[in-house]
Amino acid sequence: MNMEPFKNYMGIVVPLDRVNVDTDQIIPKQFLKLIERTGFGQYLFHDWRFHPDSNPRSDFVLNHPRYKGGKILLARANFGCGSSREHAAWALMDYGFKVLIAPSYADIFYNNCFKNGILPITLDEAAVSQLFGEVAKQEGYSLHIDLERQTIRKPNGENIRFEVDPFRKKCLLEGLDDISLTLQHEEKIRSHEKKLHSFQLIDVTR
Amino acid sequence: MPPRTLFDKIWGNHVVHEEVGRPSLIWVDRHLIHEVTSPQAFESLRLAGRRVRRPDLTFATVDHNVPTTDRSIPIQDPISKKQVEALAKNCRGFGITFFDLKSPHQGIVHIIGPELGITLPGTTIVCGDSHTSTHGAFGALALGIGTSEVEHVLATQCLWLEKPKSLEVRVDGTPPRGVTAKDIILSIIAHIGTAGGTGSVIEFSGEAITALSMEERMTICNMSIEGGARAGLIAPDETTFRYIRGRRYAPKGEPLEEAEEHWRELRTDAGATFDRSIQLNASKMTPQVTWGTTPAMVTDVTGKVPSPEDFVDLNMRKAAAHALEYMALEPGTNIQSIKLDRVFIGSCTNSRLADLVAASEVVKGKKVSTGLRAMVVPGSQMVKYQAEKQGIDKIFREAGFEWRESGCSMCLGMNPDILAPGERCASTSNRNFEGRQGRGGRTHLVSPIMAAAAAIAGHFVDVRDWELAS
Repeated sequence: MNMEPFKNYMGIVVPLDRVNVDTDQIIPKQFLKLIERTGFGQYLFHDWRFHPDSNPRSDFVLNHPRYKGGKILLARANFGCGSSREHAAWALMDYGFKVLIAPSYADIFYNNCFKNGILPITLDEAAVSQLFGEVAKQEGYSLHIDLERQTIRKPNGENIRFEVDPFRKKCLLEGLDDISLTLQHEEKIRSHEKKLHSFQLIDVTR
Repeated sequence: MPPRTLFDKIWGNHVVHEEVGRPSLIWVDRHLIHEVTSPQAFESLRLAGRRVRRPDLTFATVDHNVPTTDRSIPIQDPISKKQVEALAKNCRGFGITFFDLKSPHQGIVHIIGPELGITLPGTTIVCGDSHTSTHGAFGALALGIGTSEVEHVLATQCLWLEKPKSLEVRVDGTPPRGVTAKDIILSIIAHIGTAGGTGSVIEFSGEAITALSMEERMTICNMSIEGGARAGLIAPDETTFRYIRGRRYAPKGEPLEEAEEHWRELRTDAGATFDRSIQLNASKMTPQVTWGTTPAMVTDVTGKVPSPEDFVDLNMRKAAAHALEYMALEPGTNIQSIKLDRVFIGSCTNSRLADLVAASEVVKGKKVSTGLRAMVVPGSQMVKYQAEKQGIDKIFREAGFEWRESGCSMCLGMNPDILAPGERCASTSNRNFEGRQGRGGRTHLVSPIMAAAAAIAGHFVDVRDWELAS
């Protein structure tokens, strides 16, 4: 699928202070039955965000007025663990989170983010904790993300550098479609295909 | 050639294209598909006017959202029905083999792959489901992927993959009676943590692993993802080959002999190095019960619910406090005094024939505790058929268990099988996340025999003390 290229990005930071946030929390299973890619934002963190009677829970961070319109999600270690459901990335994107910041992510979720134009930034524990502290202190705390330069600019003008795999960065910046990229290697795929061991093939008429 | 690990060998056989500093393009031998993570992939494929490159290597079934009640009744939930119908239409349109709800081969995708001989050593297997790691039990590199990657594999039969790191988990010793593969993997996760395997492929080795049956090895590899791993692997051996022989899509005759010759080479060479290695001893392991909301929040059946104060790390302390609140448990409570409302025996972790046989021996001639609701959901129609042939269903039914049709069922509660808010369940599945089995439901992960014994007693019991009827 084609993605929109990732541009410089700025927005309010929403702190989600929990470790091991799994994709079942990001998008609970009752919302996986849609056959489209859009419309999942309203269900993001559903069971934490809403009471069983559908009223918003005032104790959940997304419902705090000061984080309304938040565009950057600040999280703790092993964010996105568990189920491979890409619906988690779709829900974050649809809600408006195009950048995540956490000390670590689960592998499948991390991949899913890049495939959908979301930038999951990894910073060390100390830097993430520092951000949690600063967000708590200042209402409207916003960060400016420059993917090209790999920097996060804080409200006080200080810059933090982040690392990102150069290939993933290029794909995000250019909004590259994976499949067309792969098909440039058609010759190699075809020659690999010809050398397969017989057990790798299947007689489907069996 | 320098000594290589099992993983290095499989990886090397599947690289289509590689460049320094970039992910590698990896050939995919088997693509398994189900109704929940595929519709958007097919839709994009269609919009781009692309075809499925290798429909002959792609297999589909319905498992996640299907009801486990009478199959002659149409699916009641209109949205589930729409998803199931979308998969049927996509398989027809693109020429993919599809085991539908009426097929004798329908079942959880990770149960039917091995059953049908689709899963073979030395292959790469992907599926839009994190528990694809299950197939690693055969010495296959098996990865869970997202829907965009499903689309990519449909179109190209390849996957871009950064080469994972390698982690050796060696388990020596013999587990005591009553300690199962489930207890071994829960003990491993407790040791490495839920992110201990992130970015890595785990190779499980040691005498406690090689002594396991294929069913048990699948339980181990299935939960690799619960330790954060990209995949789990066990080197194929005679146990593997015996399991494969005669299965529907497995090679036969001379091609099988050739394949086995190749598969015998699929083991880590002496002197090969892993990025990381850990050793555990199974002889010291005990039956495990989770008390919290991640699989690493687990303790011995003879243990107590911990206190948040027991954790040094501040984030873990907070997580434990949240988990205890959600689970409605007091620190210091004996695990065996935790009373249960529900018992679920099923899921891609523990719903194979051997799991059901073992659990049935525990419940034989006994009755489910008053007020407790217990259900058995066989992993596939084939498991169900074989169990019924052996009279296993009767044992469960007479004990008061519900005996159901195959599917993922209450492991993730996408179908009507869910916990009511506040209900507490002993489950043989793989995730005790908040709300996983139903909003407000409280899940404790255990082995099939521990779940069976708990269903009879109404609370957790140490299955090592259990008197079997036979």
